[in-house]
Amino acid sequence: MITKVKSIATVAATNLTMSFDVHKILDVSSLQVLPNEVLVIIGPNGSGKTTLLLCLALLMKPTTGDIKYSGETIIDERLILQLRRRIAVVFQEPLLLNSTVWDNVTLGLSLRNVSKNEAKDRAQKWLERFGVANLAKRQARTLSGGEAKRVSLARAFALEPEVLFLDEPFTALDSPTRQALLEDFESVLRETKVSTVMVTHDRNEALVLADRVAVLIRGQIRQVGKPDEVFNYPVDEEVAGFVEAGNILAGEIVSDNEGLAIVETGSREIEVVSNLKTGTKVTICLRHEDVTLALPGAESFTSSARNRFKGKVVRLFPVSSQVRVTIDCGFPLVALITRRSLEGMGLKEGQEVIATFKASSIHLISHK
Amino acid sequence: MDLILDGIVQAFKLLIQGDPEVIKICLLSLGVSFSATLISLVFGVSLGVAIGLNRFKGRRFLVTLINTGMGAPPVVVGLIVTIFLWRYGPLGFLHILYTPAAMVVAQCIISLPIIMGFTLASVQQIDPKLRLQIQALGASRGQMLWLLVKESRLPLLAAVMAGFGAIISEVGASMMVGGNILGQTRVLTTAIVMENSKGEFAVAIALSIILMILVYAVNLVLTVVQQRSRLS
Repeated sequence: MITKVKSIATVAATNLTMSFDVHKILDVSSLQVLPNEVLVIIGPNGSGKTTLLLCLALLMKPTTGDIKYSGETIIDERLILQLRRRIAVVFQEPLLLNSTVWDNVTLGLSLRNVSKNEAKDRAQKWLERFGVANLAKRQARTLSGGEAKRVSLARAFALEPEVLFLDEPFTALDSPTRQALLEDFESVLRETKVSTVMVTHDRNEALVLADRVAVLIRGQIRQVGKPDEVFNYPVDEEVAGFVEAGNILAGEIVSDNEGLAIVETGSREIEVVSNLKTGTKVTICLRHEDVTLALPGAESFTSSARNRFKGKVVRLFPVSSQVRVTIDCGFPLVALITRRSLEGMGLKEGQEVIATFKASSIHLISHK
Repeated sequence: MDLILDGIVQAFKLLIQGDPEVIKICLLSLGVSFSATLISLVFGVSLGVAIGLNRFKGRRFLVTLINTGMGAPPVVVGLIVTIFLWRYGPLGFLHILYTPAAMVVAQCIISLPIIMGFTLASVQQIDPKLRLQIQALGASRGQMLWLLVKESRLPLLAAVMAGFGAIISEVGASMMVGGNILGQTRVLTTAIVMENSKGEFAVAIALSIILMILVYAVNLVLTVVQQRSRLS
Protein backbone atom coordinates (compact mmCIF):
# COMPACT_ATOMS: atom_id res chain seq x y z
CA MET A 1 0.00 0.00 0.00
CA ILE A 2 1.27 3.42 -0.88
CA THR A 3 0.86 6.08 1.73
CA LYS A 4 0.64 9.56 0.32
CA VAL A 5 2.85 11.96 2.18
CA LYS A 6 0.93 15.18 2.39
CA SER A 7 2.99 18.32 2.45
CA ILE A 8 2.21 20.64 5.33
CA ALA A 9 2.05 23.53 2.94
CA THR A 10 -1.39 24.38 1.60
CA VAL A 11 0.07 25.98 -1.49
CA ALA A 12 3.67 25.66 -2.61
CA ALA A 13 5.44 27.03 -5.63
CA THR A 14 8.80 25.72 -6.77
CA ASN A 15 11.10 27.07 -9.46
CA LEU A 16 8.33 29.24 -10.79
CA THR A 17 9.24 31.44 -13.72
CA MET A 18 7.14 33.59 -15.99
CA SER A 19 8.48 35.13 -19.17
CA PHE A 20 6.90 37.44 -21.68
CA ASP A 21 8.92 37.33 -24.90
CA VAL A 22 12.48 37.41 -23.62
CA HIS A 23 11.70 39.20 -20.38
CA LYS A 24 11.65 37.04 -17.30
CA ILE A 25 9.31 38.86 -14.99
CA LEU A 26 9.04 36.19 -12.34
CA ASP A 27 11.68 33.88 -10.93
CA VAL A 28 10.62 32.36 -7.64
CA SER A 29 12.61 29.36 -6.50
CA SER A 30 10.35 28.52 -3.60
CA LEU A 31 7.36 29.97 -1.81
CA GLN A 32 4.97 28.28 0.56
CA VAL A 33 1.67 29.29 2.01
CA LEU A 34 1.24 27.58 5.37
CA PRO A 35 -2.13 26.47 6.71
CA ASN A 36 -4.11 29.24 8.42
CA GLU A 37 -1.47 31.88 7.87
CA VAL A 38 -1.75 35.29 6.27
CA LEU A 39 1.12 35.68 3.84
CA VAL A 40 1.52 39.20 2.51
CA ILE A 41 3.61 39.66 -0.61
CA ILE A 42 4.97 43.18 -0.83
CA GLY A 43 7.06 44.82 -3.48
CA PRO A 44 7.28 47.91 -5.64
CA ASN A 45 5.14 48.47 -8.72
CA GLY A 46 6.05 46.16 -11.57
CA SER A 47 7.85 43.66 -9.38
CA GLY A 48 5.61 40.81 -10.57
CA LYS A 49 3.33 40.61 -7.54
CA THR A 50 0.09 40.24 -9.46
CA THR A 51 1.60 37.70 -11.85
CA LEU A 52 2.80 35.64 -8.90
CA LEU A 53 -0.63 35.81 -7.28
CA LEU A 54 -2.40 34.79 -10.49
CA CYS A 55 -0.05 31.83 -10.88
CA LEU A 56 -0.64 30.72 -7.29
CA ALA A 57 -4.40 31.13 -7.75
CA LEU A 58 -4.26 28.93 -10.89
CA LEU A 59 -5.50 31.72 -13.14
CA MET A 60 -2.28 32.02 -15.09
CA LYS A 61 0.00 29.30 -16.32
CA PRO A 62 3.63 29.87 -15.37
CA THR A 63 6.26 29.45 -18.09
CA THR A 64 8.08 26.86 -16.00
CA GLY A 65 7.88 25.40 -12.54
CA ASP A 66 5.01 23.96 -10.65
CA ILE A 67 2.44 24.74 -8.04
CA LYS A 68 1.27 22.21 -5.54
CA TYR A 69 -1.94 22.29 -3.58
CA SER A 70 -1.69 20.17 -0.44
CA GLY A 71 1.33 18.47 -1.90
CA GLU A 72 -0.23 17.44 -5.19
CA THR A 73 1.16 18.74 -8.44
CA ILE A 74 -1.48 20.27 -10.66
CA ILE A 75 -1.40 18.99 -14.17
CA ASP A 76 -4.71 18.60 -15.93
CA GLU A 77 -7.39 21.17 -16.69
CA ARG A 78 -10.22 19.36 -14.90
CA LEU A 79 -8.25 19.35 -11.66
CA ILE A 80 -7.59 23.08 -12.06
CA LEU A 81 -11.32 23.75 -12.26
CA GLN A 82 -11.93 21.56 -9.20
CA LEU A 83 -9.24 23.41 -7.26
CA ARG A 84 -10.44 26.83 -8.37
CA ARG A 85 -13.76 25.91 -6.81
CA ARG A 86 -12.03 25.56 -3.45
CA ILE A 87 -10.30 28.93 -3.44
CA ALA A 88 -11.38 32.55 -3.85
CA VAL A 89 -9.76 35.57 -5.45
CA VAL A 90 -10.40 39.25 -4.78
CA PHE A 91 -8.97 41.72 -7.26
CA GLN A 92 -8.06 45.37 -6.98
CA GLU A 93 -11.29 46.40 -8.71
CA PRO A 94 -14.49 44.94 -7.25
CA LEU A 95 -15.31 43.29 -10.64
CA LEU A 96 -19.01 42.78 -9.99
CA LEU A 97 -21.26 41.54 -12.75
CA ASN A 98 -24.07 43.69 -14.09
CA SER A 99 -26.81 42.31 -11.85
CA THR A 100 -27.95 42.72 -8.27
CA VAL A 101 -25.66 42.55 -5.26
CA TRP A 102 -27.43 39.37 -4.18
CA ASP A 103 -26.94 37.67 -7.56
CA ASN A 104 -23.28 38.62 -7.47
CA VAL A 105 -22.73 37.07 -4.07
CA THR A 106 -24.62 33.87 -4.88
CA LEU A 107 -23.17 33.39 -8.39
CA GLY A 108 -19.98 31.66 -7.25
CA LEU A 109 -21.97 29.47 -4.90
CA SER A 110 -24.23 28.23 -7.67
CA LEU A 111 -21.20 27.65 -9.93
CA ARG A 112 -19.83 25.49 -7.13
CA ASN A 113 -23.09 23.56 -6.82
CA VAL A 114 -23.81 24.75 -3.31
CA SER A 115 -27.47 24.06 -2.48
CA LYS A 116 -29.88 26.99 -2.85
CA ASN A 117 -30.68 27.09 0.85
CA GLU A 118 -27.11 27.07 1.96
CA ALA A 119 -26.20 29.69 -0.64
CA LYS A 120 -28.94 31.89 0.73
CA ASP A 121 -27.70 31.50 4.30
CA ARG A 122 -24.10 32.15 3.41
CA ALA A 123 -24.82 35.17 1.22
CA GLN A 124 -26.95 36.70 3.95
CA LYS A 125 -24.36 35.98 6.63
CA TRP A 126 -21.45 37.51 4.75
CA LEU A 127 -23.31 40.51 3.43
CA GLU A 128 -24.23 41.21 7.04
CA ARG A 129 -20.69 40.60 8.26
CA PHE A 130 -19.40 43.24 5.86
CA GLY A 131 -22.25 45.59 6.69
CA VAL A 132 -23.87 45.63 3.24
CA ALA A 133 -26.90 43.36 3.72
CA ASN A 134 -29.14 46.39 3.14
CA LEU A 135 -27.75 46.68 -0.40
CA ALA A 136 -28.72 43.13 -1.44
CA LYS A 137 -31.40 44.24 -3.92
CA ARG A 138 -29.36 47.08 -5.42
CA GLN A 139 -27.81 46.93 -8.86
CA ALA A 140 -24.10 46.30 -8.41
CA ARG A 141 -23.26 49.06 -10.90
CA THR A 142 -24.90 51.69 -8.70
CA LEU A 143 -22.66 51.08 -5.67
CA SER A 144 -19.93 53.38 -4.43
CA GLY A 145 -16.33 52.16 -4.51
CA GLY A 146 -16.32 51.23 -0.84
CA GLU A 147 -19.67 49.43 -1.02
CA ALA A 148 -18.63 47.50 -4.11
CA LYS A 149 -15.42 46.44 -2.41
CA ARG A 150 -17.36 45.17 0.61
CA VAL A 151 -19.65 43.21 -1.69
CA SER A 152 -16.69 41.67 -3.48
CA LEU A 153 -15.18 40.64 -0.15
CA ALA A 154 -18.52 39.20 1.00
CA ARG A 155 -18.70 37.30 -2.29
CA ALA A 156 -15.26 35.81 -1.66
CA PHE A 157 -15.90 34.83 1.96
CA ALA A 158 -19.33 33.36 1.13
CA LEU A 159 -17.44 30.80 -0.95
CA GLU A 160 -15.76 29.65 2.28
CA PRO A 161 -12.50 29.15 0.43
CA GLU A 162 -9.64 27.00 1.65
CA VAL A 163 -7.22 29.63 0.40
CA LEU A 164 -8.05 33.27 -0.17
CA PHE A 165 -6.07 35.35 -2.65
CA LEU A 166 -6.22 39.13 -2.71
CA ASP A 167 -4.58 41.49 -5.17
CA GLU A 168 -4.19 44.96 -3.64
CA PRO A 169 -7.77 44.89 -2.42
CA PHE A 170 -7.72 48.26 -0.67
CA THR A 171 -5.71 50.32 -3.13
CA ALA A 172 -8.44 52.20 -4.96
CA LEU A 173 -10.25 53.40 -1.85
CA ASP A 174 -10.07 56.76 -0.12
CA SER A 175 -8.29 56.83 3.20
CA PRO A 176 -11.18 56.70 5.76
CA THR A 177 -13.09 54.07 3.75
CA ARG A 178 -9.95 52.03 3.46
CA GLN A 179 -9.14 52.23 7.15
CA ALA A 180 -12.63 51.12 8.19
CA LEU A 181 -12.62 48.25 5.73
CA LEU A 182 -9.12 47.20 6.70
CA GLU A 183 -10.21 46.88 10.31
CA ASP A 184 -13.28 44.79 9.41
CA PHE A 185 -11.22 42.65 7.11
CA GLU A 186 -8.58 42.07 9.75
CA SER A 187 -11.11 40.82 12.30
CA VAL A 188 -12.74 38.54 9.70
CA LEU A 189 -9.33 37.07 8.86
CA ARG A 190 -8.60 36.38 12.53
CA GLU A 191 -12.00 34.76 13.00
CA THR A 192 -12.02 32.55 9.93
CA LYS A 193 -8.32 31.71 10.00
CA VAL A 194 -8.49 31.12 6.28
CA SER A 195 -5.09 30.65 4.63
CA THR A 196 -4.55 33.93 2.86
CA VAL A 197 -2.18 35.33 0.28
CA MET A 198 -2.39 39.06 -0.18
CA VAL A 199 -0.43 41.25 -2.52
CA THR A 200 0.12 44.90 -1.69
CA HIS A 201 2.62 47.69 -2.00
CA ASP A 202 1.37 49.21 1.24
CA ARG A 203 3.69 48.38 4.13
CA ASN A 204 1.07 49.40 6.62
CA GLU A 205 -1.36 46.74 5.43
CA ALA A 206 1.44 44.20 5.69
CA LEU A 207 2.19 45.24 9.26
CA VAL A 208 -1.46 45.03 10.28
CA LEU A 209 -2.42 41.79 8.56
CA ALA A 210 0.60 39.59 7.94
CA ASP A 211 1.78 36.57 9.83
CA ARG A 212 4.61 36.45 7.34
CA VAL A 213 5.81 38.92 4.77
CA ALA A 214 7.50 38.05 1.49
CA VAL A 215 9.36 40.81 -0.34
CA LEU A 216 9.24 40.52 -4.12
CA ILE A 217 11.63 42.70 -6.07
CA ARG A 218 12.14 42.40 -9.82
CA GLY A 219 10.43 39.04 -9.86
CA GLN A 220 12.45 37.48 -7.07
CA ILE A 221 11.54 36.74 -3.48
CA ARG A 222 14.30 38.50 -1.58
CA GLN A 223 13.17 37.90 1.97
CA VAL A 224 10.45 36.00 3.80
CA GLY A 225 9.82 36.41 7.49
CA LYS A 226 7.73 37.86 10.27
CA PRO A 227 6.77 41.47 9.60
CA ASP A 228 9.03 43.01 12.26
CA GLU A 229 11.89 40.85 11.08
CA VAL A 230 11.55 42.05 7.51
CA PHE A 231 10.88 45.66 8.41
CA ASN A 232 13.63 45.95 10.99
CA TYR A 233 16.23 43.67 9.52
CA PRO A 234 16.07 43.87 5.75
CA VAL A 235 18.53 41.50 4.08
CA ASP A 236 19.76 43.87 1.39
CA GLU A 237 19.63 47.49 0.31
CA GLU A 238 16.78 47.05 -2.14
CA VAL A 239 14.60 45.44 0.49
CA ALA A 240 15.67 48.13 2.95
CA GLY A 241 14.82 50.79 0.37
CA PHE A 242 11.40 49.33 -0.22
CA VAL A 243 10.44 48.76 3.41
CA GLU A 244 11.78 52.25 4.09
CA ALA A 245 14.30 51.16 6.62
CA GLY A 246 15.11 54.86 6.82
CA ASN A 247 18.61 56.23 6.44
CA ILE A 248 20.71 53.92 4.33
CA LEU A 249 24.43 54.58 4.29
CA ALA A 250 27.34 52.60 2.90
CA GLY A 251 30.35 52.12 5.15
CA GLU A 252 33.08 49.87 6.41
CA ILE A 253 33.81 48.56 9.89
CA VAL A 254 37.09 50.09 11.04
CA SER A 255 37.20 48.61 14.52
CA ASP A 256 35.30 46.06 16.56
CA ASN A 257 35.32 45.60 20.28
CA GLU A 258 33.09 43.32 22.37
CA GLY A 259 29.98 43.71 20.33
CA LEU A 260 30.46 47.36 19.54
CA ALA A 261 31.68 48.21 16.05
CA ILE A 262 32.78 51.49 14.58
CA VAL A 263 31.65 52.06 11.04
CA GLU A 264 33.26 54.70 8.88
CA THR A 265 30.92 56.38 6.45
CA GLY A 266 32.13 59.35 4.47
CA SER A 267 34.55 61.00 6.87
CA ARG A 268 32.50 60.21 9.98
CA GLU A 269 32.48 57.32 12.39
CA ILE A 270 29.31 55.75 13.71
CA GLU A 271 29.10 53.38 16.66
CA VAL A 272 26.95 50.33 16.12
CA VAL A 273 26.01 47.34 18.26
CA SER A 274 27.26 44.49 16.10
CA ASN A 275 29.51 41.45 16.17
CA LEU A 276 30.78 41.95 12.64
CA LYS A 277 34.54 42.05 12.21
CA THR A 278 36.83 44.89 11.17
CA GLY A 279 37.15 45.28 7.43
CA THR A 280 33.58 44.18 6.66
CA LYS A 281 31.80 46.37 4.15
CA VAL A 282 28.33 47.16 5.45
CA THR A 283 25.13 49.07 4.81
CA ILE A 284 23.79 51.05 7.73
CA CYS A 285 20.01 51.15 8.20
CA LEU A 286 18.67 53.69 10.65
CA ARG A 287 14.97 54.49 10.96
CA HIS A 288 14.08 58.16 10.59
CA GLU A 289 12.16 58.17 13.85
CA ASP A 290 15.20 56.88 15.76
CA VAL A 291 17.13 60.08 15.13
CA THR A 292 16.72 62.75 17.83
CA LEU A 293 17.41 66.41 17.17
CA ALA A 294 18.59 69.09 19.59
CA LEU A 295 19.61 72.70 19.26
CA PRO A 296 23.37 73.42 19.69
CA GLY A 297 22.80 75.39 22.94
CA ALA A 298 21.70 72.29 24.79
CA GLU A 299 24.95 70.47 23.99
CA SER A 300 26.10 70.10 27.54
CA PHE A 301 23.52 67.50 28.56
CA THR A 302 24.76 63.94 28.65
CA SER A 303 22.87 61.24 26.87
CA SER A 304 23.15 57.47 26.59
CA ALA A 305 23.06 57.78 22.80
CA ARG A 306 26.51 56.90 21.47
CA ASN A 307 26.26 58.87 18.27
CA ARG A 308 26.18 62.67 18.18
CA PHE A 309 26.66 64.69 15.01
CA LYS A 310 26.54 68.38 14.38
CA GLY A 311 24.88 69.25 11.07
CA LYS A 312 22.95 71.78 9.06
CA VAL A 313 19.24 71.46 8.20
CA VAL A 314 19.05 71.10 4.43
CA ARG A 315 15.36 70.53 3.94
CA LEU A 316 12.09 70.37 5.84
CA PHE A 317 9.36 68.25 4.29
CA PRO A 318 5.97 67.66 5.93
CA VAL A 319 4.65 64.06 6.01
CA SER A 320 1.10 64.00 7.43
CA SER A 321 1.43 65.00 11.12
CA GLN A 322 5.20 64.81 11.05
CA VAL A 323 8.07 66.52 9.33
CA ARG A 324 11.07 64.97 7.63
CA VAL A 325 14.17 66.90 8.46
CA THR A 326 17.13 66.31 6.17
CA ILE A 327 20.45 67.17 7.78
CA ASP A 328 23.92 67.35 6.32
CA CYS A 329 26.38 66.18 8.96
CA GLY A 330 29.17 64.93 6.75
CA PHE A 331 26.71 62.39 5.41
CA PRO A 332 23.00 62.91 4.70
CA LEU A 333 20.78 62.03 7.64
CA VAL A 334 16.98 62.17 7.79
CA ALA A 335 15.09 62.58 11.06
CA LEU A 336 11.34 62.32 11.49
CA ILE A 337 9.95 64.64 14.15
CA THR A 338 6.47 65.88 15.01
CA ARG A 339 5.27 69.27 13.85
CA ARG A 340 5.09 70.29 17.49
CA SER A 341 8.74 69.60 18.11
CA LEU A 342 9.58 71.49 14.95
CA GLU A 343 7.64 74.51 16.15
CA GLY A 344 9.01 74.22 19.68
CA MET A 345 12.56 74.15 18.40
CA GLY A 346 11.86 76.78 15.78
CA LEU A 347 13.80 74.83 13.17
CA LYS A 348 14.54 76.50 9.84
CA GLU A 349 16.41 75.40 6.78
CA GLY A 350 20.08 76.34 7.08
CA GLN A 351 20.08 76.13 10.87
CA GLU A 352 22.63 74.13 12.87
CA VAL A 353 21.39 71.13 14.89
CA ILE A 354 22.77 68.22 16.84
CA ALA A 355 21.53 64.81 15.73
CA THR A 356 21.82 61.87 18.11
CA PHE A 357 20.96 58.20 17.82
CA LYS A 358 21.69 55.04 19.74
CA ALA A 359 24.26 52.48 18.67
CA SER A 360 21.58 49.83 19.15
CA SER A 361 19.01 51.37 16.84
CA ILE A 362 21.16 50.67 13.79
CA HIS A 363 20.72 47.58 11.65
CA LEU A 364 23.77 46.55 9.65
CA ILE A 365 23.63 44.61 6.40
CA SER A 366 26.99 42.98 5.78
CA HIS A 367 28.50 42.38 2.34
CA LYS A 368 30.63 39.31 2.22
CA MET B 1 -50.41 67.14 -50.86
CA ASP B 2 -53.54 65.19 -51.84
CA LEU B 3 -51.34 62.34 -52.85
CA ILE B 4 -49.85 61.99 -49.36
CA LEU B 5 -53.19 62.42 -47.60
CA ASP B 6 -54.73 59.86 -49.92
CA GLY B 7 -51.94 57.47 -49.08
CA ILE B 8 -52.40 57.88 -45.36
CA VAL B 9 -56.16 57.43 -45.59
CA GLN B 10 -55.73 54.33 -47.72
CA ALA B 11 -53.12 52.93 -45.34
CA PHE B 12 -55.57 53.06 -42.46
CA LYS B 13 -58.31 51.62 -44.64
CA LEU B 14 -56.05 48.71 -45.53
CA LEU B 15 -55.10 48.25 -41.90
CA ILE B 16 -58.62 48.45 -40.53
CA GLN B 17 -60.25 46.42 -43.28
CA GLY B 18 -57.56 43.81 -42.87
CA ASP B 19 -57.03 43.29 -46.58
CA PRO B 20 -56.02 39.63 -46.78
CA GLU B 21 -53.39 40.32 -49.42
CA VAL B 22 -51.73 43.01 -47.38
CA ILE B 23 -51.84 40.85 -44.25
CA LYS B 24 -50.15 38.04 -46.14
CA ILE B 25 -47.44 40.41 -47.35
CA CYS B 26 -46.89 41.72 -43.81
CA LEU B 27 -46.71 38.25 -42.30
CA LEU B 28 -44.23 37.09 -44.93
CA SER B 29 -42.08 40.18 -44.33
CA LEU B 30 -42.01 39.56 -40.61
CA GLY B 31 -41.60 35.78 -40.95
CA VAL B 32 -38.65 35.98 -43.32
CA SER B 33 -36.89 38.73 -41.36
CA PHE B 34 -37.53 37.16 -37.96
CA SER B 35 -36.18 33.79 -39.10
CA ALA B 36 -33.14 35.42 -40.65
CA THR B 37 -32.49 37.46 -37.49
CA LEU B 38 -32.84 34.41 -35.28
CA ILE B 39 -30.46 32.33 -37.37
CA SER B 40 -27.86 35.08 -37.57
CA LEU B 41 -28.26 35.71 -33.85
CA VAL B 42 -27.27 32.14 -33.04
CA PHE B 43 -24.28 32.12 -35.40
CA GLY B 44 -23.39 35.78 -35.00
CA VAL B 45 -23.21 35.69 -31.23
CA SER B 46 -21.20 32.47 -31.04
CA LEU B 47 -18.76 33.54 -33.76
CA GLY B 48 -18.59 37.08 -32.38
CA VAL B 49 -17.77 35.81 -28.90
CA ALA B 50 -15.19 33.36 -30.26
CA ILE B 51 -13.44 36.05 -32.29
CA GLY B 52 -13.79 38.65 -29.58
CA LEU B 53 -12.21 36.59 -26.84
CA ASN B 54 -9.46 34.78 -28.69
CA ARG B 55 -6.21 35.89 -30.23
CA PHE B 56 -5.15 34.14 -33.39
CA LYS B 57 -3.34 34.75 -36.64
CA GLY B 58 -5.37 36.64 -39.21
CA ARG B 59 -7.74 37.92 -36.56
CA ARG B 60 -7.40 41.54 -37.58
CA PHE B 61 -8.10 40.68 -41.20
CA LEU B 62 -11.21 38.77 -40.15
CA VAL B 63 -12.43 41.69 -38.06
CA THR B 64 -11.94 44.08 -41.00
CA LEU B 65 -13.91 41.66 -43.13
CA ILE B 66 -16.76 41.58 -40.61
CA ASN B 67 -16.79 45.35 -40.33
CA THR B 68 -16.93 45.64 -44.10
CA GLY B 69 -19.72 43.07 -44.12
CA MET B 70 -21.71 45.30 -41.79
CA GLY B 71 -22.06 47.72 -44.67
CA ALA B 72 -22.41 45.19 -47.48
CA PRO B 73 -24.87 46.38 -50.18
CA PRO B 74 -27.93 44.09 -50.21
CA VAL B 75 -28.02 44.09 -54.01
CA VAL B 76 -24.56 42.59 -54.16
CA VAL B 77 -25.55 39.96 -51.60
CA GLY B 78 -28.67 39.31 -53.68
CA LEU B 79 -26.61 38.89 -56.81
CA ILE B 80 -24.22 36.42 -55.19
CA VAL B 81 -27.01 34.38 -53.61
CA THR B 82 -28.90 34.32 -56.93
CA ILE B 83 -25.81 33.05 -58.75
CA PHE B 84 -25.26 30.34 -56.16
CA LEU B 85 -28.88 29.24 -56.17
CA TRP B 86 -29.36 29.49 -59.93
CA ARG B 87 -30.53 26.25 -61.46
CA TYR B 88 -27.05 25.51 -62.80
CA GLY B 89 -25.26 27.25 -59.95
CA PRO B 90 -23.23 25.48 -57.22
CA LEU B 91 -26.26 25.16 -54.94
CA GLY B 92 -28.87 24.92 -57.69
CA PHE B 93 -29.83 21.41 -56.61
CA LEU B 94 -31.55 22.92 -53.56
CA HIS B 95 -34.24 24.42 -55.85
CA ILE B 96 -34.96 27.26 -53.47
CA LEU B 97 -34.45 30.27 -55.72
CA TYR B 98 -37.60 32.46 -55.78
CA THR B 99 -38.84 30.97 -52.52
CA PRO B 100 -38.96 32.54 -49.03
CA ALA B 101 -36.09 30.19 -48.06
CA ALA B 102 -33.81 31.96 -50.51
CA MET B 103 -34.85 35.28 -49.02
CA VAL B 104 -34.01 34.02 -45.53
CA VAL B 105 -30.58 32.94 -46.79
CA ALA B 106 -29.90 36.35 -48.34
CA GLN B 107 -31.11 38.26 -45.29
CA CYS B 108 -28.98 36.05 -43.02
CA ILE B 109 -25.92 36.98 -45.00
CA ILE B 110 -26.80 40.65 -44.62
CA SER B 111 -27.52 40.56 -40.88
CA LEU B 112 -24.85 38.05 -39.79
CA PRO B 113 -21.91 40.49 -40.02
CA ILE B 114 -23.95 43.18 -38.25
CA ILE B 115 -24.72 40.91 -35.30
CA MET B 116 -21.18 39.51 -35.31
CA GLY B 117 -19.68 42.98 -35.37
CA PHE B 118 -21.82 44.20 -32.49
CA THR B 119 -21.12 41.07 -30.43
CA LEU B 120 -17.41 41.31 -31.12
CA ALA B 121 -17.33 44.92 -30.01
CA SER B 122 -19.40 44.32 -26.90
CA VAL B 123 -17.48 41.32 -25.57
CA GLN B 124 -14.21 43.07 -26.29
CA GLN B 125 -15.12 46.00 -24.13
CA ILE B 126 -15.70 43.73 -21.12
CA ASP B 127 -12.81 44.20 -18.68
CA PRO B 128 -10.44 41.25 -19.27
CA LYS B 129 -10.09 41.05 -15.51
CA LEU B 130 -13.78 40.26 -15.24
CA ARG B 131 -13.02 37.07 -17.18
CA LEU B 132 -10.41 36.18 -14.57
CA GLN B 133 -12.86 36.97 -11.79
CA ILE B 134 -15.53 34.74 -13.36
CA GLN B 135 -13.00 31.94 -13.71
CA ALA B 136 -11.92 32.49 -10.12
CA LEU B 137 -15.52 32.14 -8.96
CA GLY B 138 -15.36 28.62 -10.33
CA ALA B 139 -16.90 28.88 -13.80
CA SER B 140 -16.06 26.28 -16.41
CA ARG B 141 -15.28 27.54 -19.90
CA GLY B 142 -18.87 27.14 -21.03
CA GLN B 143 -20.26 28.82 -17.95
CA MET B 144 -17.86 31.71 -18.41
CA LEU B 145 -18.90 32.27 -22.04
CA TRP B 146 -22.55 32.25 -21.05
CA LEU B 147 -21.91 34.76 -18.26
CA LEU B 148 -20.00 37.01 -20.65
CA VAL B 149 -22.85 36.92 -23.17
CA LYS B 150 -25.25 37.74 -20.34
CA GLU B 151 -22.98 40.56 -19.26
CA SER B 152 -23.15 42.09 -22.74
CA ARG B 153 -26.93 41.65 -23.11
CA LEU B 154 -27.58 45.37 -23.61
CA PRO B 155 -25.37 45.79 -26.67
CA LEU B 156 -26.55 42.39 -27.89
CA LEU B 157 -30.14 43.59 -27.97
CA ALA B 158 -28.91 46.62 -29.89
CA ALA B 159 -27.32 44.13 -32.28
CA VAL B 160 -30.67 42.38 -32.75
CA MET B 161 -32.36 45.69 -33.44
CA ALA B 162 -29.72 46.74 -35.94
CA GLY B 163 -29.74 43.36 -37.67
CA PHE B 164 -33.52 43.13 -37.87
CA GLY B 165 -33.83 46.75 -38.94
CA ALA B 166 -31.36 46.24 -41.76
CA ILE B 167 -33.16 43.26 -43.29
CA ILE B 168 -36.84 44.13 -42.81
CA SER B 169 -36.20 47.32 -44.76
CA GLU B 170 -33.90 45.77 -47.33
CA VAL B 171 -35.25 45.44 -50.88
CA GLY B 172 -32.47 44.62 -53.34
CA ALA B 173 -31.70 41.10 -52.21
CA SER B 174 -35.33 40.14 -51.56
CA MET B 175 -36.27 41.30 -55.03
CA MET B 176 -33.47 39.38 -56.70
CA VAL B 177 -33.69 36.06 -54.86
CA GLY B 178 -37.43 36.15 -54.13
CA GLY B 179 -38.72 37.63 -57.35
CA ASN B 180 -41.68 39.50 -55.79
CA ILE B 181 -44.13 36.72 -56.67
CA LEU B 182 -47.63 37.51 -55.50
CA GLY B 183 -48.69 35.26 -52.65
CA GLN B 184 -45.30 33.58 -52.48
CA THR B 185 -42.38 35.92 -52.14
CA ARG B 186 -43.91 39.37 -52.16
CA VAL B 187 -42.86 41.29 -49.06
CA LEU B 188 -43.56 44.88 -48.03
CA THR B 189 -40.42 46.39 -49.52
CA THR B 190 -40.71 44.65 -52.87
CA ALA B 191 -44.40 45.52 -53.01
CA ILE B 192 -43.60 49.18 -52.37
CA VAL B 193 -41.07 49.23 -55.20
CA MET B 194 -43.59 47.63 -57.52
CA GLU B 195 -46.47 49.94 -56.62
CA ASN B 196 -44.15 52.90 -56.99
CA SER B 197 -43.08 51.86 -60.47
CA LYS B 198 -46.74 51.36 -61.42
CA GLY B 199 -47.46 54.94 -60.30
CA GLU B 200 -49.76 53.69 -57.50
CA PHE B 201 -48.31 56.14 -55.02
CA ALA B 202 -51.19 55.90 -52.58
CA VAL B 203 -50.75 52.14 -52.15
CA ALA B 204 -46.98 52.60 -51.96
CA ILE B 205 -47.38 55.17 -49.19
CA ALA B 206 -49.86 52.95 -47.39
CA LEU B 207 -47.46 50.00 -47.46
CA SER B 208 -44.59 52.26 -46.35
CA ILE B 209 -46.57 53.40 -43.35
CA ILE B 210 -47.39 49.80 -42.45
CA LEU B 211 -43.71 48.86 -42.77
CA MET B 212 -42.66 51.69 -40.54
CA ILE B 213 -45.26 50.83 -37.92
CA LEU B 214 -44.03 47.22 -37.91
CA VAL B 215 -40.39 48.23 -37.54
CA TYR B 216 -41.34 50.62 -34.79
CA ALA B 217 -43.39 48.01 -32.92
CA VAL B 218 -40.62 45.43 -33.03
CA ASN B 219 -38.03 47.94 -31.86
CA LEU B 220 -40.34 49.15 -29.15
CA VAL B 221 -40.59 45.65 -27.71
CA LEU B 222 -36.83 45.14 -27.91
CA THR B 223 -36.12 48.53 -26.36
CA VAL B 224 -38.46 47.85 -23.47
CA VAL B 225 -36.72 44.52 -22.86
CA GLN B 226 -33.32 46.18 -23.11
CA GLN B 227 -34.07 49.03 -20.77
CA ARG B 228 -35.81 46.82 -18.26
CA SER B 229 -32.81 44.50 -18.08
CA ARG B 230 -30.68 47.56 -17.44
CA LEU B 231 -32.72 48.55 -14.43
CA SER B 232 -33.86 45.32 -12.86
